[in-house]
Amino acid sequence: MTTNNTLIKVENLVKSFGDIKVLKGIDTEIKHGEVVVIIGASGSGKSTFLRCLNRLEESTNGHIYFKDTDITDPKVNINVHRQKMGMVFQQFNLFPHMTVLKNMISAPMKLLKMSKEDATNKAMALLEKVGLADRADAYPSQLSGGQKQRIAIVRALCMDPEVMLFDEPTSALDPEMVGEVLELMKDLAKEGMTMAVVTHEMGFAREVADRVIFIDEGVIAEEGTPEEIFGNPQCPRLKEFLSKVL
Amino acid sequence: MDVINILDWINNLWSTFVHEFDFVFIQGDRYKQMLDGIFNTLKITAGSLVIGILIGIVVAAIRSSYDKSGARHGFGFAILKVLNAICKVYLTIIRGTPVVVQLMICYFLIFISARDGVPVAIFAFGINSGAYVAEIFRGGIMAVDNGQFEAGRSLGFNYVQTMIYIVIPQMFKAVLPTLCNEFIALLKETSVAGYVGVMDLTKAGNSIAGRTYSYFLPLLTVAAIYLVVVMILTWLVGRLERRLRKSDH
Repeated sequence: MTTNNTLIKVENLVKSFGDIKVLKGIDTEIKHGEVVVIIGASGSGKSTFLRCLNRLEESTNGHIYFKDTDITDPKVNINVHRQKMGMVFQQFNLFPHMTVLKNMISAPMKLLKMSKEDATNKAMALLEKVGLADRADAYPSQLSGGQKQRIAIVRALCMDPEVMLFDEPTSALDPEMVGEVLELMKDLAKEGMTMAVVTHEMGFAREVADRVIFIDEGVIAEEGTPEEIFGNPQCPRLKEFLSKVL
Repeated sequence: MDVINILDWINNLWSTFVHEFDFVFIQGDRYKQMLDGIFNTLKITAGSLVIGILIGIVVAAIRSSYDKSGARHGFGFAILKVLNAICKVYLTIIRGTPVVVQLMICYFLIFISARDGVPVAIFAFGINSGAYVAEIFRGGIMAVDNGQFEAGRSLGFNYVQTMIYIVIPQMFKAVLPTLCNEFIALLKETSVAGYVGVMDLTKAGNSIAGRTYSYFLPLLTVAAIYLVVVMILTWLVGRLERRLRKSDH
């Protein structure tokens, strides 16, 4: 169904909440190592689209292929595939009853059957990388928003995901903390991580994205390289959107 | 009344008390009955507590899964719907009838051949407490932010793992004060165990009072013992709460 280079392929994705059709047929694919940034006005369906990719939202119609497996098939064990799809949320969603380290090692230990030692080493190496090794024994409530989100990112990385999904990762942050999170995401992109990012950070999209998707009223209204999208937008809705946010 | 008279009065009171205490509790080794009573009350409370929590977790998990379930069709949902209906019937019946009636139904109608009332009482109070604990837990589960659930699922945990590792520990912390309330109520409710011939604390006090025709000391002693046990329980739960709170500075 997919070419070798394609990691995720989306075919005619439709999602309705009751009578309201949020996604009206989305077709796209995400290649290995590609950074796709999804932009759009609020209520356009961009977050819903992202959440459908790991079935946090069940799609109403259409197919999503992750490495040749149709994960919209109800018979598929979605948990196995989710282990390979890291997700970062707007509200961080760290587990408040666990220390930073425990947040990071519980999934690898329980799901990948890693030894505590291996998981801890791996987590500590990642914490070292993001400069938060000294916070390993802290509880999430003791961290700043930026620190929380960086921990949320490395928590997902502990599972060695093949793709990272970011759902407005900087929207709940104080302005002075947005930078540190975006920096980490840029580093990830440079290391070749496949990423799908829903964001309002147009600077990030322009600088890091390989491809930008503009979703409007549940369909992909326009997509292209950042140069095409920001430099020479075609669709009137995109022009209007950009004039508001830039 | 001068000082001498007051001292005299206190002295008289004390010797009356000592005499009374000796008569009521020491003669005929009646204090042993009291100790048996305390032991049985604690046994019934602890046993039904464990049963109540286990039932509570299962019923709360079923009920909140049903309430939260996104897909409202398919085979899995049909099973959930049936289980949810069973839970609702259970909650309605248990919460709608007095515990002492439930206890007597258990002892005189269900476990007819039971000789010892204590296991029957543990069973009956456990089933009863389960209904209340279930609703406490359900409220706690619903109060845990859905983002926690989603974060767990997005890491690859299945539904049950997410519940066990992420949602239930947070729920437990949130409901601890309410749960403590339920335990205190349970301890005191077991005082009706005498209806099925169990020598619990209340029954022991009452039986000593009946034998000695002295109600004052036995009943106040019984009351004092309940009070002390409740105070110890409250203190223990308070300590546990403080320990669990260390994660939210």
